[in-house]
Amino acid sequence: MEKVPIVRLRGVTKRFDDVVAVDTLDLDIYEGEFLTLLGPSGCGKTTVLRIIAGFETPDTGEIFMNGDRLTNIPPNKRNVNTVFQSYALFPHMNVFDNIAFGLKMKQCDKKSIQEEVRRAIDIVKLSGLEQRRPFQLSGGQQQRVAMARAIVNKPKVLLLDEPLSALDYRLRQEMQLELKRLHRQLGITFVFVTHDQVEAISMSDRIAVMNEGRIEQIGTPITIYEEPDNMFVARFVGEINVFDGRVKHVENGSAQVDIHGQRFKVQNKKNLFPGQDVTVLLRPEDIMVSPNGNGSGGEGPALSGSVDEVIYKGKTVDLIITLDQGETIFVTQFFNEDQENVVYSQGQRVDVDWLYGWEVVL
Amino acid sequence: MNRTFRYLYLSAIYVCLYLPILILVIYSFNASRYSTNWQGFTLQWYSALFSNTSLMEAFRNSLLVAFSSSVVATVIGTLAALAFYRYRFWGRQIMSSFIYVVMMSPDIVMGISLLMFFIILGVQTGAFTLLLAHITFCLPFVVVTVYARISGFDRNIIDVAKDLGASEMQMFRHIMLPMIIPAIIAGWLLSFTLSLDDVIVSFFTTGPSFEILPLKIYSMVRLGIKPEINALSTVMFFLSLLTVTVSHLVIKENR
Repeated sequence: MEKVPIVRLRGVTKRFDDVVAVDTLDLDIYEGEFLTLLGPSGCGKTTVLRIIAGFETPDTGEIFMNGDRLTNIPPNKRNVNTVFQSYALFPHMNVFDNIAFGLKMKQCDKKSIQEEVRRAIDIVKLSGLEQRRPFQLSGGQQQRVAMARAIVNKPKVLLLDEPLSALDYRLRQEMQLELKRLHRQLGITFVFVTHDQVEAISMSDRIAVMNEGRIEQIGTPITIYEEPDNMFVARFVGEINVFDGRVKHVENGSAQVDIHGQRFKVQNKKNLFPGQDVTVLLRPEDIMVSPNGNGSGGEGPALSGSVDEVIYKGKTVDLIITLDQGETIFVTQFFNEDQENVVYSQGQRVDVDWLYGWEVVL
Repeated sequence: MNRTFRYLYLSAIYVCLYLPILILVIYSFNASRYSTNWQGFTLQWYSALFSNTSLMEAFRNSLLVAFSSSVVATVIGTLAALAFYRYRFWGRQIMSSFIYVVMMSPDIVMGISLLMFFIILGVQTGAFTLLLAHITFCLPFVVVTVYARISGFDRNIIDVAKDLGASEMQMFRHIMLPMIIPAIIAGWLLSFTLSLDDVIVSFFTTGPSFEILPLKIYSMVRLGIKPEINALSTVMFFLSLLTVTVSHLVIKENR
């Protein structure tokens, strides 16, 4: 069954003076999903959000909601609500009136406003604070008011513009779980904007990685992390090590790649041909380290180098290793029972390799 | 020691500020017409004041001009401040800095230039030109007061209101206006007092047919200070004290 997108952007371009903020962008957002727009600052993610909300009109292109053209509809007539990074609570109203504002604008009757606001306050767990003014609330509480003020209107799509970035680390972790719970409980489509890849990966159903007004890749967190389409996505989403190599030999579904004179076997998903220059990407946790001369049980090829830095992190040990060819790589080692000698010392000689299939070839 | 000195210093300042006013108030009850020594308590200057029809008419005129010019200046000034805050248009920067220029320019320059302006246009100076002049010099104070307050607010608040379904008018009524009302009141009061005691600009822009209090007092004082003037000044002092107190309470209430 083909899923119908609730929001559809087609060829949307937005310029601010000479700067292209969004560049002929296509995006489908599906009913009930948690979609994250992830990218560095200035990549156009917030502009996309503001176009969906109606605060910006695209220069070219169209936006649809459930098949209806939405492009020139003003924000107050769209069934979409936004939670802003700064919360932007109304300072002269108490919590209750802040949350009730949307319903009052719709001229709902007093009784149903009372009921709906109370329900929203329950959902975001703010009971007892109805009469407080925004300046009497903590950052986390203000965040909850901003959420309640949006969801009380039962929007088809809830837009969240970096709502957690003003909170401290602990509270942020808590609110991430809270947002996930809200998403499940309400069943509303969430479009979330962030520059924090950890946040994006842990919360989203799908992630759209943006750069310079375009979507570089869109997919599930697993796809984005493990099978990046290009260097930008690979580098932006988490740490990654990059090796330059040349294809020597192609077989059925696999290929031999020469990296620093060693021949590594890699998966061949992209019709590699002999003589082609490729980059082989490896996440820090996918690289295996073994003491020199004993490379991974003595099988297969390995690159050798020496340990520069050992960073003990509790759950893991991070190693910075300089290869003999001069490259610096970053490796994360997990403690596990069958490999107890993960503790390396500075200056120690080591071999590095990886299991076939864990690499990404671009 | 240090503490005593602090209080002495502070008292000295307040004595300098309020002693002259206090003397004025006391002398308004002094029975002596000319001398500065105390001749006994009397209310006769107050009754003389209220029966002095030309002085009372000047007072009424002053209140009328102060009230209407401050109201008009507040409406225009608030709208101007909103426009500067809300919209990006060509010349916005220049226009907003010229507001300050008007505020800073000496009264004498403003008075003469307005007079020239009215003469060139061939307008007879009188109540109407006086009103226009007062609106003109009050306007920047309203713009600056209101703008200072709105520019302190999170711009996203406007977007949020729209996002939650408010039309432009609803947004203004339910969000903008309640947030800036203290500044509007403050701007209005400022205009009112500025207009009420202005001498220099008024001197150039009013005609012989329309007399206002500061000019009347000025011309009377040239012939020597009369006790009625003391009584009048006392009335005005307590009037302004009352407005300041009321405005303070209103602003506090609104916060």
